[in-house]
Amino acid sequence: MSSHNQIVETTGAGAQRTGVLFSTISGVENEPVYSPESVEVEYGRDLGYPGAFPFTRGVYASMYRGRLWTMRQFAGFGTAEETNERFRYLLGHGQTGLSAAFDMPTLMGYDSDHPRALGEVGREGVAVDSLADMETLFEGIPLGGVSTSMTINSAAAMLLGFYACVGEGQGVSVARLRGTVQTDILKEYIAQKEWIFPPEPSLRLVVDMIEWCVREMPLMHPVSISGYHIREAGSTAVQELAFTLADGFAYVDACVERGLGVDEFAPRLSFFFNAHLDFFEEIAKYRAARRIWARELRGRYGAKDPRSWLMRFHAQTAGVSLTAQQPELNLVRTAIEALAAVLGGTQSLHTNSFDEALALPSEHAVRLALRTQQVIAHETGVVNTIDPLGGSYYLEQLTNELERQAYDYFERIAKLGGVVAAIKDNFFQREIAEASFRYQSEVEREQRIVVGVNRYVQADEQPVEILRIDPALERKQVARVQALRARRDSAAVESALARLKEDAAHDDRNLMPPILAASRAYATMGEMCDALREVWGVWRETPVF
Amino acid sequence: MNVRQGDAGGRVGAHPTTSARVTVPSPVVRRIVVAKVGLDGHDRGAKIIARALRDAGMEVIYTGLHQTPEQIVVTAIQEDADAVGISILSGAHMTLVPRILELLRENGAEDVLVVVGGTIPTDDAEELKKQGVAGVFGPGASTTEIGAFLERAVSAHRVG
Repeated sequence: MSSHNQIVETTGAGAQRTGVLFSTISGVENEPVYSPESVEVEYGRDLGYPGAFPFTRGVYASMYRGRLWTMRQFAGFGTAEETNERFRYLLGHGQTGLSAAFDMPTLMGYDSDHPRALGEVGREGVAVDSLADMETLFEGIPLGGVSTSMTINSAAAMLLGFYACVGEGQGVSVARLRGTVQTDILKEYIAQKEWIFPPEPSLRLVVDMIEWCVREMPLMHPVSISGYHIREAGSTAVQELAFTLADGFAYVDACVERGLGVDEFAPRLSFFFNAHLDFFEEIAKYRAARRIWARELRGRYGAKDPRSWLMRFHAQTAGVSLTAQQPELNLVRTAIEALAAVLGGTQSLHTNSFDEALALPSEHAVRLALRTQQVIAHETGVVNTIDPLGGSYYLEQLTNELERQAYDYFERIAKLGGVVAAIKDNFFQREIAEASFRYQSEVEREQRIVVGVNRYVQADEQPVEILRIDPALERKQVARVQALRARRDSAAVESALARLKEDAAHDDRNLMPPILAASRAYATMGEMCDALREVWGVWRETPVF
Repeated sequence: MNVRQGDAGGRVGAHPTTSARVTVPSPVVRRIVVAKVGLDGHDRGAKIIARALRDAGMEVIYTGLHQTPEQIVVTAIQEDADAVGISILSGAHMTLVPRILELLRENGAEDVLVVVGGTIPTDDAEELKKQGVAGVFGPGASTTEIGAFLERAVSAHRVG
């Protein structure tokens, strides 16, 4: 028996309360205590200094001593006018980047007056039907001085087209526009389920965007490879890590197949992870992600440019961890999650508002969420030393373990024929459903305690003020898009849409130029997506549970 | 949108369950349609409920995502469901749920019990209940609680 195990046994460190799980939220087993014997780490090979390969300790040498993370609160509701006001409010309160949430019809490529949009307009984000709405959304916000993140996937190319045109209108060349478009369609099929077209043409559109951005819009991140939604759909931390990186490799493969050099586009790929409640598991997840990405990009893909090896990521606290019961407790949960993201070395962060299990956040709740980040940044001292947890026996062992389990998944996905084949096989969907059901069962058996939900329940809860979306906003938006259709040059729109369709039918043509042309002609989101639906068809999932 | 009835839903036995629990057929609720109405893709809750109710012995038809009220009502009628469980997190519940109730009535299917789950503010939940929804379940509701509610409500609904 090793001396470690012997000591654990003889000192009583192994004693434990009964009926309680000591595994992570994701089910990774934890030992009672870790020591130098528990973990195999070679400093130069596995950790390295921050800013040095394999970047386990962080992508930049100076990290938050050099520059704090970007505090970027996701916002959007109603029409472009309401969201423009919220954007200015956030910038006025010290936020350093913009992040736009779009409503469901926009994400799904329907105009606001489409029958499927009924009741959904402006509810989960801002409605953007055309360049005209995008112009309103960014009115009074000089695009040359701000970086904007846009959370849209299936219809990302059209939104990027609108954004580029707003820049042109403000006299800012596309080459100077900064920001991120999410564009990660693979995780839509896997988890978030906001898709329009089948996987193959969708993937082609992603590569078109990457190729175009590399050449024309070099400061834009054309894709943000996202584990956030995978986790929100109920996955474990390991699944979030593995599926996200597998998606990342699939995009790299697709770009290489297009003929792009890996060092041309890899530095522009960015990532987006969840910040959940299991504190150390989350930190280990970010560290493992950086290490795997760096090793694979350098080793498997032969990237020479060190910027290609860097996994830069945005993090958002876990919406799924918020409770409708005693919602003020969500401030505490969010603060802890945000701290994990910071200790994990995030480049930007969104903190959820405490009322988000009830509705879209109120202005008051959003301000508290932003202030939470400011407290972490300026009051706690965690930014004073880079990767302060590096070298913790537990954390390094957990990092190794998550990495090992991620590689197991890579192997299983490869055996299924890759990410797209595995999506069609419902592999990811089944794995996630299984994990989320297991977690729910643990909560219902009270093996996992959720404060205020299955313990410490409060009978007389006072309702909190929530944001109400005025139903009149939908009528206003419907009127806006109909007025636009009446006033624009419809012949120009028709010819732009015809060209889009023609180009979509040819795999060797990049679709960004025809999308930009259609945007300039004020073709709507719905019209552009309909044009592509005609050529490509739509995706349907066979549901599993 | 494009879902054909009958073969579109994930059905009992269509997928292997790894649950070790013994399935006891529900004495009251034979068949329930679990449906995602509207455009949001949040299906974690719907899938958990579908599976828990299946494990509780009910026959569960899960419609999958992005269903219109019309599609859901057609499925409920064709499947001769005792109840429909609507999952919605898009904020469009005050438009889409009343439409489902209306279509059920128009088709003489008001005997089908309707329950709703999702992010539904309290006053909206009260209004939906006034309009005929039997129960509204928010975040944190347990599957056992929902299963027991369905048993009671379907039973009472039949007698009534």
